[in-house]
Amino acid sequence: MRYLPLTPDDRAEMLARIGVSSIAELFADIPEAQREIELPRLALAKGELEVERALARLAAKNVPAGSVPFFVGAGAYRHHVPASVDHLIQRSEFLTSYTPYQPEIAQGTLQYLFEFQTQVAELTGMEVANASMYDGSTAAAEAVLMAHRVTRRRKALLAGNLHPHYRATIETVSRYAADEVVALAPVPTGGEDIITAIDAGTSCVVVQSPDVFGNLVDLKPIAEAAHKAGALLIAVFTEAVALGLIEPPGAQGADIVVGEGQSIGNALNFGGPYVGLFATRQKFVRQMPGRLAGETVDAEGRRGFVLTLSTREQHIRREKATSNICTNSGLCALAFTIHMSLLGQTGLTRLARANHAAACDLADRLAAVPGAEVLNATFFNEFTLRVPGSAAEVVEQLAAKGILAGVPYSRLAPKAGLDDLILVAATEVTTADDRAAYAAALKEVL
Amino acid sequence: MNREGRGATTPQIVALSAPKTFTGNRALELEEGLLFEVGRTEVTGVDIAEPAPFTDRLGAHARTAPLELPGLSEPEAMRHYVRLSRMNYGIDSGLFPLGSCTMKHNPRLNEKMARLPGFADIHPLQPLSTVKGALELMGELARYLMELTGMQAVALTPKAGAHGELCGMMAIKAAHAARGEGQRHVVLVPESAHGTNPATAALIGYEVRSIPARADGTVDPEAVKAALGPEVAALMLTNPNTCGLFERDVVAIAEAVHAAGAYFYSDGANFNAILGKVRIADLGVDAMHINLHKTFSTPHGGGGPGAGPVVLSEALAPFAPVPALVDTADGLTLVEDEGAAGAEQALGRMSAFHGQMGMFVRALSWMLSHGADGMRQASEDAVLSANYIRACLMDVMSAPFAERPAMHEALFDDAWLAGTGISTLDVAKALIDEGYHPMTVYFPLVVHGAMLIEPTESESKASLDLFIAALRDLAMAAKAGDKERFLGAPYHAPRRRLDETRAARAPVLRWSRPEPLPDAAE
Amino acid sequence: MTVRYTKDHEYVRIEGDVAVIGISDYAQGQLGDVVFVELPDIGKGVTRGKEAAVVESVKAASEVYAPVSGEVVEVNSELEGAPGLVNEDAEGKGWFLKVKVADPAELGDLMDAHAYKSYLDTLA
Repeated sequence: MRYLPLTPDDRAEMLARIGVSSIAELFADIPEAQREIELPRLALAKGELEVERALARLAAKNVPAGSVPFFVGAGAYRHHVPASVDHLIQRSEFLTSYTPYQPEIAQGTLQYLFEFQTQVAELTGMEVANASMYDGSTAAAEAVLMAHRVTRRRKALLAGNLHPHYRATIETVSRYAADEVVALAPVPTGGEDIITAIDAGTSCVVVQSPDVFGNLVDLKPIAEAAHKAGALLIAVFTEAVALGLIEPPGAQGADIVVGEGQSIGNALNFGGPYVGLFATRQKFVRQMPGRLAGETVDAEGRRGFVLTLSTREQHIRREKATSNICTNSGLCALAFTIHMSLLGQTGLTRLARANHAAACDLADRLAAVPGAEVLNATFFNEFTLRVPGSAAEVVEQLAAKGILAGVPYSRLAPKAGLDDLILVAATEVTTADDRAAYAAALKEVL
Repeated sequence: MNREGRGATTPQIVALSAPKTFTGNRALELEEGLLFEVGRTEVTGVDIAEPAPFTDRLGAHARTAPLELPGLSEPEAMRHYVRLSRMNYGIDSGLFPLGSCTMKHNPRLNEKMARLPGFADIHPLQPLSTVKGALELMGELARYLMELTGMQAVALTPKAGAHGELCGMMAIKAAHAARGEGQRHVVLVPESAHGTNPATAALIGYEVRSIPARADGTVDPEAVKAALGPEVAALMLTNPNTCGLFERDVVAIAEAVHAAGAYFYSDGANFNAILGKVRIADLGVDAMHINLHKTFSTPHGGGGPGAGPVVLSEALAPFAPVPALVDTADGLTLVEDEGAAGAEQALGRMSAFHGQMGMFVRALSWMLSHGADGMRQASEDAVLSANYIRACLMDVMSAPFAERPAMHEALFDDAWLAGTGISTLDVAKALIDEGYHPMTVYFPLVVHGAMLIEPTESESKASLDLFIAALRDLAMAAKAGDKERFLGAPYHAPRRRLDETRAARAPVLRWSRPEPLPDAAE
Repeated sequence: MTVRYTKDHEYVRIEGDVAVIGISDYAQGQLGDVVFVELPDIGKGVTRGKEAAVVESVKAASEVYAPVSGEVVEVNSELEGAPGLVNEDAEGKGWFLKVKVADPAELGDLMDAHAYKSYLDTLA
């Protein structure tokens, strides 16, 4: 077996040194009746070539986004990632290292996490950010728990236009923690009234912008109303690129900002691994979940970085920790940081404009198709298309024509009664030909 | 005579002590500033064409807030991050004996497979008819995990070990609620447990009750029985435990837990010791998360991403979260909505999408490569190597619980350091100078000054022997009073010991533009 | 001026009807460098033997239990910017909180300086 360096002679020598006659003696604490299982339904060891063939056969049964005109978003976005990003994250010293608990030999990881935290804080307009979460949805659930700790209240108010899967993720953990959740009904055209639902028991208001339908939301009045009631505003985004062009939540009064960072530096990966972004105000830093890299000096006075404020975390605080999380999304955060370093604000702004331009062009083309209607007054790179009849069927028919046209809202929320809506995204990777093909195919289908 | 080249006499080589360099660099060891110091806001390493003029749809939402994100050209970016990487230690650099973390070799085949466009470039919400191979892969991974554990179902979506724990404990809470036994509010956790266990139980409102270990480092079934009652929802037990011992009374413990109407949660962090050797279903386990980044070698990546699928017993299987992979007449499908057919009693949703697909591919690639025979051999080699290390160091270090065979990790305490003025931490730092990543220190909490060594199956005997020799040399030096070697260590790492007190007292968690110096010309 | 100690190494110094509460010099030595102190809100009631504050070092967080019951009338806000005061002067400038004592009889069970010193000797 190519991954196992010990030879039969090595094993025999080692057993002799230990002073046992067989490997079985080392497993003697396993009750005899449960020992030495058979695994007849699992194959025996395979060479690289055979494994490649087996997995390539499965991969070939999927339709990669890059092989067709592709317009699927709703929380994960296909962007072009520079070749250098994937090369760098596969450097052995990044790929095969551990959580930087020994800072003297982990300055590489600690420094990029410090850079990542700064980039995320800057992008969101907040003061501090952590070293990443699992993904946007779990970051949102952690934000709600944090708001409960800060306000000592236990009722979250969720905007109706929050991504339904984010809502479900928050509702699930809240249900088991016995916290209350009030979720409003979706308003696809935007302009939903959240403010009147805030009351004296509200711990936090969770608002997504761009929302799940693509509408841009003015967070300022919501922040003011929340603060007046002693509640926090949690701002959510699922497309980090949008922040290159739209006003960041931090400039609009948000107290906690969480979002999905996949779209910068990371592939679609069928849903994971992704990277959750989590930023807040300095004054709340001790209530934050997740790891934090901080600056300090070494014994010779040289600048260096360490994981800090660890007393919040599970390995010290155990049942009193701010979160049970120990893993973050280190390598995905690295991909985010490298891509963002390559972009810089100059590139990020251009990338965001290219996305917005593609989406505007697509919206115009689709709106011109008889029977189809674009609902949004404002959007970034994703908008909502109303079609006659079943959106799910239209999407299937377009898939049969080789166009991955978007996400039927009914797939995210089957019980919402909004069966005629398609969430359509266009990024810089769509071409004018792709967009024309979508419009032409939609015309045929409707 | 026409001599070409230099004279043949070797110039005398004199060993001088190293002078300070102008740059602070030391040959291959290169210093690197922060991105915010080396980058410039007007630079970008990505060429993106400006779109043709168009009417924007941003309304009143266009960005007005300043944005200070410096950029790097591609050569600068390569150099910046390559230099950073060289300040890190990885498994590819050397032995990484971090107990409880299972730092084993990461085959590059797995990286290659995960990057096939058919896996990496598919969207979680594209039509299911276009991702049949992905569902098939998830099904195959689930089948392997069920075969290896003997369990009835597997929830693939949890994103890491702690997330898997949360999923398993929520399934337990849901199952009690469904039985009308919502009054059960206590979870039993042995004191040697990982901190995530009590943190997870507390997160969903359970009261944590600690179970002491007995003298041999394992849990006494009588202590569990004494703590059980109608208020107890579950026991969370790591097996093999964090002292590296197999809980030999696990079957009796499971029976007692079930007899009291509670469930048995097993922390699968140490699954690497028993893979292919025992089926946890046969031990009476109701739920166990499996860290794919440990046992199945998806890389740790400097702290993630991980993946933490949870295997479930028949009693807990109905409560698995959505999306759930369900076998239908038309083949595999995903049930994404709570309460829909196939997920009627689902506990809810753990995250937005279907789990860590990229990690599923890597883990299955590892499993297919090893096969049933290779996986069993891997466990045996991991256990053999840990016992070998313990046997070779017992005379110079102190190993508690050594009357029992170790599983995949060897535990030492600091009794052997008594009177030397040297601590466990100092030994760890001295090991850095020897070119090794330190072992896990000060965990588990049940022994004093713990050092937990997990070599995994990835080391050759020569590599193990050199590591053992290095530790023996350190032990001898400590006992001979060579404190200097320890107290100042590491001497040769990119940084000396870092001031963690300063970092925590006045946290600096991001770069900020330095205040401009007072302008003298004014 | 009376100082009393608990077995958990809190001290209480009586100044009129107010008790000044902190951790003993021995306790700060055991903790190592203090990096953060979490203090209760003024006006909050504390109960004898229950958590009144949390003191953190780099690698540990310890609860500080109230030696006496009463209402918090003042907290040492200097600790926010200078937690190191606890190490430098635990029983002086490093105090945590002041409590208006509800029941002076509770002080009776606590150790005086002499008894506390004897108690520390048993821990060595």
